[in-house]
Amino acid sequence: MSQPRQSPARSIAAHAVLILWTLIALFPVFVTVVNSFKSKQAIFTQPLALPGPDSFDLVGYQTVARQGDFVAYFQNSLVVTCLSLFFVLLFGAMAAFALSEYRFRGNTLMGLYLALGIMIPIRLGTVAILQMMVATGLVNTLTALVLVYTAQGLPLAVFILSEFMRNVSDDLKNAGRIDGLSEYRIFFRLVLPLVRPAMATVAVFTMIPIWNDLWFPLILAPSESTKTITLGSQVFLGQFVSNWNAVLAALSLAILPVLVLYLIFSRQLIRGITAGAVK
Amino acid sequence: MAKGRPIRWHIAVFLAPAVLVYSAIMILPLFSTLNLSLFTRTEGGTAFVGLDNFRTLFGDPRWSAAFWNALGNNLWFFAVHMLVQNPIGILLAALLSSPRLRFSAFYRTAIFIPTILSFVVVGFIWKLILSPLWGIAPDLLDMVGLKSLFAPWLGKEEYALTTLALISVWQFVGIPMMLIYAALLSIPDDIIEAAEMDGITGWSQFRRIKLPLILPAIGIISILTFVGNFNAFDLIYVSQGALAGPNFATDILGTFLYRTFFGFQLQLGDPHMGATIATAMFAIILVGVCIYLFLIQTRLRRYQF
Repeated sequence: MSQPRQSPARSIAAHAVLILWTLIALFPVFVTVVNSFKSKQAIFTQPLALPGPDSFDLVGYQTVARQGDFVAYFQNSLVVTCLSLFFVLLFGAMAAFALSEYRFRGNTLMGLYLALGIMIPIRLGTVAILQMMVATGLVNTLTALVLVYTAQGLPLAVFILSEFMRNVSDDLKNAGRIDGLSEYRIFFRLVLPLVRPAMATVAVFTMIPIWNDLWFPLILAPSESTKTITLGSQVFLGQFVSNWNAVLAALSLAILPVLVLYLIFSRQLIRGITAGAVK
Repeated sequence: MAKGRPIRWHIAVFLAPAVLVYSAIMILPLFSTLNLSLFTRTEGGTAFVGLDNFRTLFGDPRWSAAFWNALGNNLWFFAVHMLVQNPIGILLAALLSSPRLRFSAFYRTAIFIPTILSFVVVGFIWKLILSPLWGIAPDLLDMVGLKSLFAPWLGKEEYALTTLALISVWQFVGIPMMLIYAALLSIPDDIIEAAEMDGITGWSQFRRIKLPLILPAIGIISILTFVGNFNAFDLIYVSQGALAGPNFATDILGTFLYRTFFGFQLQLGDPHMGATIATAMFAIILVGVCIYLFLIQTRLRRYQF
């Protein structure tokens, strides 16, 4: 196959544009992390310099460690994200299996009903969700957040997973049936392991908005003991707005775990987005 | 279900958890929010007022000024995304998909990084960078000799909203880039080769061969941007506060909804007016989605390879 010729000038121009945007994308993150390790004076006099021996200072991190309850916030976020993710994947995969495997009356309608939530944001129901949580006494509990995020994540999960489950070979499932496996065993033992890559993709897509969400923690669980890391750092940043060391350190602490996770899973994420194209 | 066949309980078991959670937490509240907008609070209870709340929202000067302001701002917010984010996304995707480009995995990974950060982080980082106190933005402009252009953009009524929209573009440009990139990769090689046989290369190849083929992807991106923008809240709240300053110049429907139903400072929360605003947002998003589904998507020709 003949590859199209790329003239050197064209390729240099392409690289120039891509490098420019990469710099624009990374610069703010870079500036924040670099300055979080510097003394207050150095932050202002040489904001673009790397921390040197005389400007290196961890005072910001010390303030964060003393003042903010970041470990607890982090735990809350972790609990909420992991539990929601578990329920989205389990319930989503079960529903996707029912929709893709069985013919029954109302199948298409059910699929459409569940897909509604992809386009209509759950936030529009917030007023009633809050009233419901107040009525059931779930305000200021992590349960409220887990419930909301599970509902929020399900539509896309069902949609993506049922697309993938249609591709699981029928012969395999029928062989299982002949061997006397129950429908539940076929789902858990045969189908789930086969759609693991799709599950990973759904997991990444579900996880990021949950971890980063500010709206529902702010409205449903603003108490000190249930703050998530996103809400916790928002409040912390508001209080310490004039303490630049502390703000930069808190921002860096909020960036780093997500960044590390992203760099580990980026292959998965990008493969997920381009799934239709790259076979 | 056909008569005589046993009821297949396992289907119900598989569907039940998802349908229950989804219906109870998402669909039911959505409809009861729509319902709430038809009532108002009276002493000791609520009273049905029909569409009065909407009359108040659109007609009463105390409410309508804020509503139309938020809606106008939201439209501008969306326009900036469509005019800046999506073209940049398409450009980056087109460059990334050019054959034998080196380091393309690196570029892809790096350009997507802002998208995974939370609004809290993004809002604050840009607040610091654009702050006249710190001086990173003026210093950078000084390097290219444009220091005179610097202004405290987030604090000026005429620039604040556009600045925030551009920050949001910076954060989310990775999404159109990835989706278009995927669409470009799915164009079969023989089509491109045929075009090259005919001497169509470079820009004209992109415009005349590839662009028509990725139009469906551009449609999807537009509707995703639309829904996302009319539902936005976090970035404005984090960087400008619930009052969406300066002087409500950055107030969009999300922040207006939050202030109204949750209350803010001296203003008491009003669930019924909040529900009314949510209903209006619901209608706007529904209209947008319908336009996309019935007018745009059906006209875009899909090519099966």
